[in-house]
Amino acid sequence: MSNTSFVRKDMLPPAPPPVSQTGAVKWLRENLFAGPLNSALTVLGFGFAIWLIQAATPWLLHSVWVADSQNECRAIVQERWGPDATGACWAIIRARWHQFLFGFYPIDEYWRLFVTFAGLLLAILPVLATSLPRKLLWGSVLYPLVAFWLLWGGSVWGPILTLAGFALWAGVFLALQVRLGVVVAAGVGLVAASVFWIYAVEPIETGLQSVLPLALPEVDSDQFGGFLLALVIGVTAIVISLPLGILLALGRQSDMLIVKSLSVGFIEFIRGVPLITLLFTASLLLQYFLPSDTKFDLILRVVILVTFFSAAYIAEVIRGGLAALPRGQYEAADALGLDYWQAQRLIIMPQALKISIPGIVSTFIGLFKDTTLVAFVGLMDPLKGISTAVRADIAWKGIYWEPYIFVAVIFFIFNFSMSRYSMYLERKLKRDHR
Amino acid sequence: MTLASDPPKEGFRLSMLIYDTRFRSITIQVVVLLLFLAGLFWLLNNAYVNLEAKGKDFNFSFLWSRAGYDIAQTLIPYTNDDTHMRALVEGLLNTLLVSILGCALATVVGTVVGVLRLSHNWLVARLMTIYVETFRNIPLLLWILLMGTILAETRPSPRDFRVTDAMREAGQAPEASMWLFDTIAVTNRGTSVAAPVFSNSLGSVVLPGNIPVSLNALALIFVMAASFYGWRLLMRRAKAVQEATGVRPTTWWQSTLILLGPVSAVSVALGLHLEYPTITRFDFEGGFQMLHSFTALLIALTVYTSAFIAEIVRAGIMAISRGQTEAAYALGLRPSRTMNLVILPQALRVIVPPLISQFLNLTKNSSLAIAVSYMDLRGTLGGITLNQTGRELECMLLMMLIYLTISLVISSVMNLYNKSIKLKER
Repeated sequence: MSNTSFVRKDMLPPAPPPVSQTGAVKWLRENLFAGPLNSALTVLGFGFAIWLIQAATPWLLHSVWVADSQNECRAIVQERWGPDATGACWAIIRARWHQFLFGFYPIDEYWRLFVTFAGLLLAILPVLATSLPRKLLWGSVLYPLVAFWLLWGGSVWGPILTLAGFALWAGVFLALQVRLGVVVAAGVGLVAASVFWIYAVEPIETGLQSVLPLALPEVDSDQFGGFLLALVIGVTAIVISLPLGILLALGRQSDMLIVKSLSVGFIEFIRGVPLITLLFTASLLLQYFLPSDTKFDLILRVVILVTFFSAAYIAEVIRGGLAALPRGQYEAADALGLDYWQAQRLIIMPQALKISIPGIVSTFIGLFKDTTLVAFVGLMDPLKGISTAVRADIAWKGIYWEPYIFVAVIFFIFNFSMSRYSMYLERKLKRDHR
Repeated sequence: MTLASDPPKEGFRLSMLIYDTRFRSITIQVVVLLLFLAGLFWLLNNAYVNLEAKGKDFNFSFLWSRAGYDIAQTLIPYTNDDTHMRALVEGLLNTLLVSILGCALATVVGTVVGVLRLSHNWLVARLMTIYVETFRNIPLLLWILLMGTILAETRPSPRDFRVTDAMREAGQAPEASMWLFDTIAVTNRGTSVAAPVFSNSLGSVVLPGNIPVSLNALALIFVMAASFYGWRLLMRRAKAVQEATGVRPTTWWQSTLILLGPVSAVSVALGLHLEYPTITRFDFEGGFQMLHSFTALLIALTVYTSAFIAEIVRAGIMAISRGQTEAAYALGLRPSRTMNLVILPQALRVIVPPLISQFLNLTKNSSLAIAVSYMDLRGTLGGITLNQTGRELECMLLMMLIYLTISLVISSVMNLYNKSIKLKER
């Protein structure tokens, strides 16, 4: 019999996939034109993007960087690109960048701002990057007083003695903590430190100043402005409001009725009114509620109220984190024989704070954006205060877009990096089962 | 042999108030209360002394004196002869108007953006990410100022909309034209929108407090409510039939008839039509005239809040696990029913609480109206009234109280809602 059936001896090489299933075509089909609705959306989105780009590009391409006034800018643009051309006039930023960044801070003292800002970065680094040695954190703790001295100037002994007060507080606390418990020891320490601050600081400062006069020229609060002001208010409020918010959240969860109702009242009141009314309270009402001879710096008043504002929000965020913890965690801490503060410090807070990171960071971002509202109580915020001041110059009278874009970009960079950092932190601290 | 004896009974000693943890919490509370009361007393005493020193008193009678200033946008009749109280109410209504419209628009825009951000369409998802990140990371104040500038600086003046006889003969078009079939005209002075008006009037009633209410509008609302109620009845009957027999009766034509029929009949009877804005010598007339301060504030609040709402909606949808969808498909539910019966009820539980807190934020943020001089509560009571009467204390306290009331009302509604949808756990 002849060989009737044929059996292939070797494998055929695999055929290439159809064109529509590979490469760019496949990607386009799946991601841009997956159906009629999807295709329509793509066309719409594409049209919108093109429109945006073709509207903005010529304006950006025709930018003018060197000019003395807006009219000069216009003249240059029209000379270069024809009579109908429009172009961005970044010359205003070139001419006034220092006001947008630093307000009316004396130009001779700018080195202090640079040192402060470099110090800020150095102080933040050990907080953000946990791989650095933990001892560096002491530098971060000391930084606020150094920054205060550099920014406002005056005698160096004031901040040092303030620090001594804090050291006294810590010493009293550590000495009494075991016998009297955390709260009472902290209270006694605060009383001791306050007595020291109120009665001892001034005479000692005068004495030391006459022996060893170390001082920087003083800078008035009126001269602060721009992003310097936003950062001063924002960073101070962020740093203080986190511990304050934790305390408020614990107070709200507390078994002690009076502490609980005071915390609830504070949180709900602050959250119920707009920030702007609190700022007006700082500028208009505090003069009624404080003794008539008190001189109280406006920036300080604003910082205090902004801090209260964000502390109330943070307290609510952390309360959410506390509520999300299973009861077993509290019971396990009790079973180990930890007291309330040990349990909070070692078991509860690390977990609750981890859960609340996104909320805390978005509160911080909101706080940083809200620093622009201080314009309404007469401070020079970068957005309204400084822009208005710059436009008051006849040379830059009608210029709107460039300052807004400049300020917006800087705010965007700060806030966007904050939110990205919080996402990184969340991923890093994630401990759940994958 | 030794007998175990009871430890000696300790009497109460004063030092136990500090050393004994049983009593320490009471001590702490008493001290906190005393400190709080002392602080409160100190503040009030200072206020009393300072008011005395300035020769001022603390009372609210100024609310009933003549205001003497004008308000550009008023929802109820107001002249500068009215009282400060009336101005306060105008401001409050303006605040509520911009807040409610802002909440509604921001919810719509935010939902669309949030859903589109989850879309598989690469381009659209990227564009929506850019939208969200841009509006979320830049201060609201900038958006308000920017919208104000865009409207006032880049829009043509009313003059450019006019068509003169010479232009008509030459066949020229005016420099600027209205939008959406001539219903909206945005000039550099304000926005004019076509308004629904009635040609036959039933008259109007005047409520106490000199608030006129058009009977036509009342009639229309009444008819709408009645048709809606009828439609609900119809739906309930259909459901009952479905549960009894398993077959749902066809109701679409009845629904359409009930919902649209009476309303159209009443509208036609009352002569409901659109009044178009027309250009006169100087400006547009007819229709709604919206101030730029209002429009700028509304747009800025909407886009800013919608970015946050988009994230909330996205998180809510992503919180529902895929297994829910798959289980619904396995039961044989169609995609639309899966969405309505399975996904949405669960997603809403996640979405609604933060959504309402965004509404609260929007309402509070509307006090930034000061940036574009929109006369909201802060503009009237906390602005001109405060400056004219010099009563900072009373005005600020009253304003805080009003905002606080609004917030508490909104959050108690939220708590009720939370309670009603809470998972029933045992």
